[in-house]
Amino acid sequence: MSRISDTLSRGRGLICYLTAGFPSEELFIEHAMASVEGGADVLEIGVPFTDPVADGKVIQMTSQKALDNGITPPRVFELTRKLRALTNVPLVLMGYYNPIFQIGEGRYAQFAHESGADGLIVPDLPLEESEELREACIRNEIDLVQLVSPTTSEERMIKIARASMGFLYVVSALGTTGARTSLSSDVGPLIRRAKKAAGSLPVGVGFGISQSEQTGQLYREGADAAIVGSALLKNIIDGATLEDTRRFVASLRDGRGFQD
Amino acid sequence: MKDRTRFGQYGGRYVPEILMPALEELEREYDSVKVDSIFQAELREYMRHYGGRPTPLYFARRLTERCGGARIYLKREDLCHGGAHKFNNVMGQALLCKRMGKERVIAETGAGQHGTATAMAAAVLGLKAEIYMGTEDIARQRMNVFRMKLMGAKVHPVDSGSCTLKDALNEAFRDWAATVESTYYLMGTAAGPHPYPAMVRDFQSVIGKEIRRQILSQEGRLPDLLVACVGGGSNAIGTFHPFLNDPGVGFLGAEAAGKGLDTGKHAASISGGKVGVLHGCKSYLLQDGNGMISQTHSVAAGLDYPGVGPEHSLLNDIHRAQYTGITDQQALLAFRTLSEVEGIIPALESSHAVAAGMERAAEMSKDQVIVITVSGRGDKDLETVIDLMGVDD
Repeated sequence: MSRISDTLSRGRGLICYLTAGFPSEELFIEHAMASVEGGADVLEIGVPFTDPVADGKVIQMTSQKALDNGITPPRVFELTRKLRALTNVPLVLMGYYNPIFQIGEGRYAQFAHESGADGLIVPDLPLEESEELREACIRNEIDLVQLVSPTTSEERMIKIARASMGFLYVVSALGTTGARTSLSSDVGPLIRRAKKAAGSLPVGVGFGISQSEQTGQLYREGADAAIVGSALLKNIIDGATLEDTRRFVASLRDGRGFQD
Repeated sequence: MKDRTRFGQYGGRYVPEILMPALEELEREYDSVKVDSIFQAELREYMRHYGGRPTPLYFARRLTERCGGARIYLKREDLCHGGAHKFNNVMGQALLCKRMGKERVIAETGAGQHGTATAMAAAVLGLKAEIYMGTEDIARQRMNVFRMKLMGAKVHPVDSGSCTLKDALNEAFRDWAATVESTYYLMGTAAGPHPYPAMVRDFQSVIGKEIRRQILSQEGRLPDLLVACVGGGSNAIGTFHPFLNDPGVGFLGAEAAGKGLDTGKHAASISGGKVGVLHGCKSYLLQDGNGMISQTHSVAAGLDYPGVGPEHSLLNDIHRAQYTGITDQQALLAFRTLSEVEGIIPALESSHAVAAGMERAAEMSKDQVIVITVSGRGDKDLETVIDLMGVDD
């Protein structure tokens, strides 16, 4: 068992995604810590990339802003190190494959581990292309989280779940990341299929999750964790204070709604 | 075991999981039509009666005299329906789309030639087409935007990143991830995730197959050198591939050196890049030390892309093909020369091949034969050229 799967096995978990270095290095750290105070069980740290094809408008924008701020993978490792000094929650780096390939899979996994990260998520690295990075992650004692989607067949889901470490990331709906107002009616059956394939590995559900009603629905359907990114970042773009972030995360974790 | 998704180390399928089942389905469908005589017959009919194939292989007497070396033939893809080689690939994929029962096609476009060809094929087959195009390219290729709209396609302007072909591809991928169950992604070049590089190459190989037949009939021998421009590289791989097993036939790819390979303002992935992964495949790529994708520049919108088809990367590494950078200035000069000497106005993309071919022909002997693929016609580029060069009264 890894720190990530240990943490998420408790159920009703919340994974919060923030783009590293957005809106600034300091505010990224502060909003990340506000998320932890609000009840985030795992932090996903977005490694900005010039061409984030799996992401919607919000994360495209925050990634570009972070790149404009001079954020590079080495800076992300540095920010991860800073967060690690402040909190014990598991940290997962979510980033596209080309920067990993350039640094080298072995070195990237090593730097991630040394910075205090517990795992990696690589949205454009499907099972068939992931073997080398998975071996590098195993050597460096971090998890490589695999993703499944509504288009993934039963048989394929089992293969992917077997390879996944930390948790199994379920993409809730077709399309890119970004807040949607309601969840697809197919999300329940999708979670049940994923749970069955995952066995004892926790299942986290992301893409389009933005409200406590949705996190509540995911928990009722059996998800071990909900993953929220764009909605948090959208609030920050719109000027959310640290207290706003803390309260928003707390409401998501409740899975009920704002309790004013 | 040979990995069928790769060309040596290049290629592969680096895409979000959402798209993997669709790519597997596409691979199965494509494998089945390859050996389906009814499909192939239908494609041949469209190629001949709708597309105007075979396109001529023209002996350019005055250009040959101008260069003073090898006998220069031009493969006239500019005479293909729509004004470019793009038709060959689009017609094949659009028929495949129809066979798969999908009614909506999406495509990216740079110069607008692929978008135009997609709009054309969608119109003739009764499909709904939506085209992603960078705002920078929309500004420099207005006529093609109008042509697409005229044929019933919807054009989505893309204003992210450099607002060119790379960003149009990003948006097309995002659309496909949302609509994959009902939509066919009609990729325009021999790049992207497997099976696109192999499939697009196969559909474009009609160019090289015709060249072989035509040159044997006109010269009684195979050419010494084939020359084509390389952005993503579909007209080049279609020109080269049928001659892979003819060691006497050399391949020369002309990449866009923009303002010069040492200026950083170019789009020559093989000549100036290093191996990386973008848009689903591993290949040479223009990027910085952190793996961020570089902004590119070329006077030719269709070459203004940081990557290249994976098979070209392999052909380069095994020294089967050579790749050379042609600057904007060299391309513009060739654009003018071919217009003046032969009365053929080539696309700015194709002008890169013409420039490279003229340079090489001059160094070859008079009994040698060189074929330059003129991938498209230059009407779409007149505004750009007038802005850059002016028009003599």
